[in-house]
Amino acid sequence: MGLLGWFNHDVITVLDFNREDFEVLFSEAVNMEKYAKSRLDILNDKVLALAFFEPSTRTRLSFETAMLRLGGRVIGFSGTEATSMAKGENLADTIRMLDSYANAIVIRHSLEGAAKFAAEIAESPVINAGDGSQNHPTQAMLDLYTIWREFNIIDGLSIGILGDLKYARVVNSLVQALSYYKVKLHLISPELLKPRRELLEFMNSRGMVYDWTDDPHNVIGDLDVLYVVRIQRERFPDPIEYERVKGAYRVDLKLLSRAKPNLVILHPLPRVDEVDFTVDNTHYAKYFRQAGLGVPLRMALLKLILKGGD
Amino acid sequence: MSSKKELIISKIRDGVVIDHIPAGRALVVLRLLGISGREGFRVALVMNVESRKLGTKDIVKIEGRELTKDELNLVALVAPTATVNIIRDYDVISKFKVVVPEVIEGLIKCKNPRCITNQQREPIRSRFRVVSRDPLKIVCEYCGTIHELNDIEKSLGVS
Ligand SMILES: [Zn+2]
Repeated sequence: MGLLGWFNHDVITVLDFNREDFEVLFSEAVNMEKYAKSRLDILNDKVLALAFFEPSTRTRLSFETAMLRLGGRVIGFSGTEATSMAKGENLADTIRMLDSYANAIVIRHSLEGAAKFAAEIAESPVINAGDGSQNHPTQAMLDLYTIWREFNIIDGLSIGILGDLKYARVVNSLVQALSYYKVKLHLISPELLKPRRELLEFMNSRGMVYDWTDDPHNVIGDLDVLYVVRIQRERFPDPIEYERVKGAYRVDLKLLSRAKPNLVILHPLPRVDEVDFTVDNTHYAKYFRQAGLGVPLRMALLKLILKGGD
Repeated sequence: MSSKKELIISKIRDGVVIDHIPAGRALVVLRLLGISGREGFRVALVMNVESRKLGTKDIVKIEGRELTKDELNLVALVAPTATVNIIRDYDVISKFKVVVPEVIEGLIKCKNPRCITNQQREPIRSRFRVVSRDPLKIVCEYCGTIHELNDIEKSLGVS
């Protein structure tokens, strides 16, 4: 928590940190933006292990780039290598091996709680790059950072989260992270993909201000931020229902005709077609900037964990 | 203790008497304490007897086996009304009402099939934190899934 700071700390959920920790991280990230395309040799003696039991190009490459820009080295595996490894060895043994090679471990896994379990085994700090449909803390930190870079403030904003609010792991972590700020949340999803009971109870316990609607048109005019996540076909038992829902939740120029002029649209990417390509050319579209900030944000994170603050 | 009850089971010398168990739950209480009956020590069950507080109740007596307060408190998961009497040399040396512990380790299976604690190949035990005692609500420390009394009973093979 705040007192312990970031140095040598595991990153399992955003709830392991508090608002002051985020502020430290964000000011470090602003500094790192200067070096995101060059190099800062501060982690020359460090090795980062990337254990991607489930593929994720974007998250993996941004961690890898961040480590290289800081002068460090990267080892690890992902995708098919991970599956062949999984046949022979359990997670615990794999983590023990990586722990003996590396100074920190980044893990992505399909099972919930895998990162927490890895952190209990490893002596080196473990960073959760997504486990099951529960947590993706570094994505949520990036989302918050992007919002903060856009508005210079997070308190007071009206934030809409649209899409699969039940299974998308970024939603869980983002809502948890926003609980440290005074925001108004508009949750927008089809009935079938409403937030889980666990998340609703969390928001209630934190006294968060939120409502839910199944129609983005109801709230678009009130939003400062519209955060879009994908709705996956597999979630729907009926393909016709999926097609109908997909159309109703697509963000396009028609929906945006009623938006505030300074609305910011974010998306964790990759997208399929939930944000229409015509939106890319509007000043609302900030998802590419968001993706770009992933490297400096993770540079800041790695520096704070492996080297500490100044 | 009434003479009527003493007809059913005699007093024990050293051990525990768990009283005020909701009727029909005595076997589950034994399972919860890891007692199968094959261990060799003496166990007595009384089921469905009259109780002023509960209408009907069960009683379990276990002789010759030490049980810690933490172990006994687990009984509260399925028998929140239970009271425990520790017996030494025929005397009750302490008496307490069971309370659900803060953390429950290893006993209950998480109902989320995608939870890491359900992986047989991993050296991991389930761990739950109690967030509310009445009504009972516990949360898996690994995946965050909320479990209520009926989930716990299912996991323990009750009901
Ligand atoms: Zn679980």
